[in-house]
Amino acid sequence: MIRFDNVTKVYPSQARPALNEISVEVDKGEFVFLVGASGSGKSTFLRLVLREERPSRGQIHVAGKELNKLSSWKVPALRRRIGTVFQDFRLLPNKNVFENVAFALEVLGRSKADIAVAVPEVLELVGLDGKEGRLPDELSGGEQQRVAIARAFVNRPMLLIADEPTGNLDPATSVGIMRLLDRINRTGTTVVMASHDAAIVDQMRKRVIELESGDLVRDQTRGVYGYAR
Amino acid sequence: MRAQFVLKEIGIGLRRNLTMTVAVVVTVAVSLAMVGAGLLIRAQVAEMKDFWYDRVEVSIFLCSEFDASSNSACVSGAVSKSQRSQIESDLAELDEVQAVFYESKEQAYTLFQEEFADSAIVDTVAPEQLPESFRVKLVDPEQFAIIASAFDGRPGVESVVDQKEQLEPFFKFLNKLTLASVSIAGLVLIAAVLLVVNTVRVAAFTRRRETGIMRLVGASNFYIQVPFLLEGAIAGLLGAVVAAGLLVAAYYFLILGSFKPDFAFIQQWVGWDTVLTIVPVLLVLGMVISALASFFTLRRYLRV
Repeated sequence: MIRFDNVTKVYPSQARPALNEISVEVDKGEFVFLVGASGSGKSTFLRLVLREERPSRGQIHVAGKELNKLSSWKVPALRRRIGTVFQDFRLLPNKNVFENVAFALEVLGRSKADIAVAVPEVLELVGLDGKEGRLPDELSGGEQQRVAIARAFVNRPMLLIADEPTGNLDPATSVGIMRLLDRINRTGTTVVMASHDAAIVDQMRKRVIELESGDLVRDQTRGVYGYAR
Repeated sequence: MRAQFVLKEIGIGLRRNLTMTVAVVVTVAVSLAMVGAGLLIRAQVAEMKDFWYDRVEVSIFLCSEFDASSNSACVSGAVSKSQRSQIESDLAELDEVQAVFYESKEQAYTLFQEEFADSAIVDTVAPEQLPESFRVKLVDPEQFAIIASAFDGRPGVESVVDQKEQLEPFFKFLNKLTLASVSIAGLVLIAAVLLVVNTVRVAAFTRRRETGIMRLVGASNFYIQVPFLLEGAIAGLLGAVVAAGLLVAAYYFLILGSFKPDFAFIQQWVGWDTVLTIVPVLLVLGMVISALASFFTLRRYLRV
């Protein structure tokens, strides 16, 4: 699903590379945690997968496409196969729950009939049925993140990228979100989640990739957040 | 569905950005109205040049006995018969000359009477005081110099006058008016373009959340940019429509309603056909300029 071959990313204004000679492979259907301190390169890793950035050296394959060779007009097609969730939810404040999820389908030119079927289905999956008409302001943080997950998943992507999805949530709510991501993973969707949250990483016992100052320092199946624990 | 979504986005954009949209519409309208006025004046000048240059003549005034004392060219007194016929035959031989009419003192007097019919001056002038002349029509009105060099200073010739020369200041004035109109139009057009750039930038900024999400879920560039492009184009088109309205109103009220009856000596005026060919030029210009300005702004502010 994702393959990095000796990928280095240097930002123009910085001498030290944000990612240094990273080679890693994530298979279809895997659930992978990406851990590391702030500035360790987690976000750069995810941005490279989404092709928001291009690598300085090395090759990246996502969903069978080599991103270096992908022309920019094909990037939208790539992103349709990737769902994305962020720490800050990124919902549209003036649209209600239904409209926020429907927006992702509207901008792809899907028909009204399609949307009328797909949106309630995914809202039920994330446990928000009955709250279609609420505005984001009227929801709790956990509920807002569920809307964001519903929006990311409504296209049934092959890959879900979550950048600290529980970063703004309390532990109890976080557990609910993790259950949801786990359920989505079980449908066959590959999940890559960057996280700071040691408790969650330890509890899930999934593959852990650890970055430190741009270097890959650990790749462990059924791992924990850190050796020290 | 797609169209509906795009239209909705454009509506939201134009309304959210109302003051900027109005500014764009007004500046585009003013600049394009100036462009239209410039084009109209140019057409009018061409029209009048055609008309007048077809009619202008070179007048060769001949000496009369009154000129002998007052004009150094006529010291030998009035033109003699042989001098007059020599001039006439010389004129007839020139290739540049299309036609020659002789105007006698009596004919000049009759014309003078007609022209100043309402004036007391008529009674003070006698036919003998008016000069006889040859009226020369040239094949090409620009070739006055040939006639002037051939006949000026010849015995019996008082002076050679080119009517075209007398029209020249008038056309110069009109040309300057055209230039001024187009220059002002150019300046305002620059302001209009900058305003469109700014408007689109603000629009892209206020909707960065939406466009960010659109990018993430994989909406195509085209889909993301079209609402902004059309927003610019629609504002530009609205401005152009206002400009066209101003031009048509100016033509109807100023030219047809006021200038044409007031300046009766100008018989040739631009017609509705000219106005109606300028209107589509303005509409296309307004739309293309603002769409291009939007496009280049978006390339900087909405990148994948």
